[in-house]
Amino acid sequence: MGEVMSSYNEMYEGDRVRDPYARLRDWVETMPDDFRQMKQAEAEALFRRIGITFAVYGEGGDPDRLIPFDMMPRVFEQAEWRRLERGIKQRARALNAFLRDVYGRGEIIRAGRIPARLVYQNEAYEKAVVGVVPPRGVYSHIIGIDLVRTGKDEFYVLEDNCRTPSGVSYMLENREIMMRMFPQLFRGNRIEPVDQYPELLRRTLESVAPAKCSDRPTCVILTPGHFNSAYYEHSFLANLMGVELVEGQDLFVDGEFVYMRTTTGPRRVDVIYRRIDDPFLDPLCFRPDSMLGIPGLMDVYRSGGVSICSAPGAGVADDKAVYTFVPEMVRFYLGEEPILKNVQTWTLWRDDDYRYVMEHLPELVVKEVHGSGGYGMLVGPKSTKAEIAAFRAKIEANPSNYIAQPTLALSTCPTFVEEGIAPRHVDLRPYCLCGDRIELVPGGLTRVALREGSLVVNSSQGGGVKDTWVLSE
Amino acid sequence: MKLQISHETVYRYARPIRNLVQSLRLTPSAFEGQKTHEWLIDVSGGIRGPGFRDGAGDWIEGWTVRGPAEEVTVSITGRIDTRDTAGVLRGHREMIHPMTYLRDTDATRPDSALRDLAGQADGPTDALGLAHMLSQLVSDRIAFRPGVTKSGTTAAEALALGEGVCQDHTHALIAIARTRGLPARYVSGYLHSTIDGKAHDAAHAWAEIHVGQLGWVGFDAANRCCPDERYVRLGSGADASDAAPIRGVALGTGAEELDVRVRVEEMTQ
Repeated sequence: MGEVMSSYNEMYEGDRVRDPYARLRDWVETMPDDFRQMKQAEAEALFRRIGITFAVYGEGGDPDRLIPFDMMPRVFEQAEWRRLERGIKQRARALNAFLRDVYGRGEIIRAGRIPARLVYQNEAYEKAVVGVVPPRGVYSHIIGIDLVRTGKDEFYVLEDNCRTPSGVSYMLENREIMMRMFPQLFRGNRIEPVDQYPELLRRTLESVAPAKCSDRPTCVILTPGHFNSAYYEHSFLANLMGVELVEGQDLFVDGEFVYMRTTTGPRRVDVIYRRIDDPFLDPLCFRPDSMLGIPGLMDVYRSGGVSICSAPGAGVADDKAVYTFVPEMVRFYLGEEPILKNVQTWTLWRDDDYRYVMEHLPELVVKEVHGSGGYGMLVGPKSTKAEIAAFRAKIEANPSNYIAQPTLALSTCPTFVEEGIAPRHVDLRPYCLCGDRIELVPGGLTRVALREGSLVVNSSQGGGVKDTWVLSE
Repeated sequence: MKLQISHETVYRYARPIRNLVQSLRLTPSAFEGQKTHEWLIDVSGGIRGPGFRDGAGDWIEGWTVRGPAEEVTVSITGRIDTRDTAGVLRGHREMIHPMTYLRDTDATRPDSALRDLAGQADGPTDALGLAHMLSQLVSDRIAFRPGVTKSGTTAAEALALGEGVCQDHTHALIAIARTRGLPARYVSGYLHSTIDGKAHDAAHAWAEIHVGQLGWVGFDAANRCCPDERYVRLGSGADASDAAPIRGVALGTGAEELDVRVRVEEMTQ
């Protein structure tokens, strides 16, 4: 295992270089060295000027560090993308059906398809919203589904993000910068646009306005503030959608509704796209010490006076333990076979799984159930004996805090390196929008592990980003 | 019993406040043991906001006071018929799965002493018998004594102290019931009189434990009994703060003073 693991190289179709990549390769090969360096510097300057810096997916880290941008795009053909799209939309439908169910009658639990404990004792399960059905029955309006590819037709879902997935600003900026720097590339290839995302997001938000809203809905983005690592994204999206960016103190409850303070007096707010976590939404319902939230917001929400996206409590669907049951959700609610596969997952609170994992640590990836950002995880094949021993002790201390998965041979894409281009491992996060319709812009955010052989694409661990192309027919 | 209730909570602010928002859980539950005839809630200078029944079956009402106000009074007056259901919460409509009430909160997280106490209940093989025994253990280990604990005291702290008020008994009972795998929750309400016939002049709290077929059953460890017709149930939560009859936040910087008056009287037609 480890170094000899062979990965699918997305540049090739058998032995043949796929057409779009052949064109890109010619582009690279005819590119003078100094031109490339100049362009790289230009890209960096552009990113810096627009202020998009480090934090992706709420990983924290130095907020002023620039996330490395790789100028070599990743390419999907139309047919490849259509299949992915069907799989992603299917999964998004199942996740919302699950949320509707567990905050309602809990049929999937009564049917014995998911253990009750996993749902009702889950930290992310909010009893305060039991019985509350949000407009159109949608709980998670923006679902970020993390995918990896292991073969031509083999995609695996690594995790679902049903709360407030971040990173979509990178998808938009990567495209914007590529188009600005290399307009000729976009003339030579028919690439589907992604810049309609803000408009689609706004439409999605407006489509879930509460029944009590009779006019064109007023939407806002609620941010924890400029110290938050994703603040850039919050203001970027507000700007592109043409909606207000607000903090908790800008909103207040009066009577049956939520209002925004404006220079011309209070204005009623119908839909809140919140980028703050459940516990901080409302000190009257959740953490009493929250200074970020809006007192009384949850009472207005629960009585149908305002919509909150994603709905409080949506996190119960994207827990790493609940993840193992998503294929079951697809079968149970949709009566379909899942198009996208889950990664085989061992849950360490099961005795059999525990034994297997402890015997095979050097081969496996072990993650914390609530961890993120590539921290607190063990990549067995890439770890030293000492690192594995140290991790073993952590697992023994609290087995139920961990899950394990096989080390996947993540696909590679050609990536700029010192000597030209070389394969580097990638993943993909598309952003699925759920409102009156389910929408997916063709593309997403591709993250790339810039270190040779590395499987960790997190920006905090040496990962970068790429523009992601979907070619038209 | 036919009970007449008046409950007044007066907030006095050192400096005037604005935009007070409250969430009130101050309406009697609907179940076989209670029939409410008249119930009036008023918040002085306030606007009635959203009202709805939540997943736990509680009626929640939001109120806002725009202010500026130096004093706000939340007043309740009502008449209710109660009858003894031996603590069983029969005929109560709710949607939350009992297992949700197995999760710890900061106030009820068990320490080793609470776990030991939970372990001392051996003998009963049925959940109801176990719940009774756990309640008795709490009554024996925590003496009723006002003034020694405060609103933020945890179950573990109260047990270590060996003294407390109904909130502490309830938190301790919830903690050890959950330790034994029994879903448990905090109930807030009123009490007409203690078992010796003495009038009770404060709001009251007790625990409910979910015991299989019977469903939710109340246990008042502070008074060594199960709720009967002397009790009026308002609502529930995972702990005292979650079940609080009044939660509120206002814009203001000054100190706040609180005055509570509760009267629960039997009506003599």
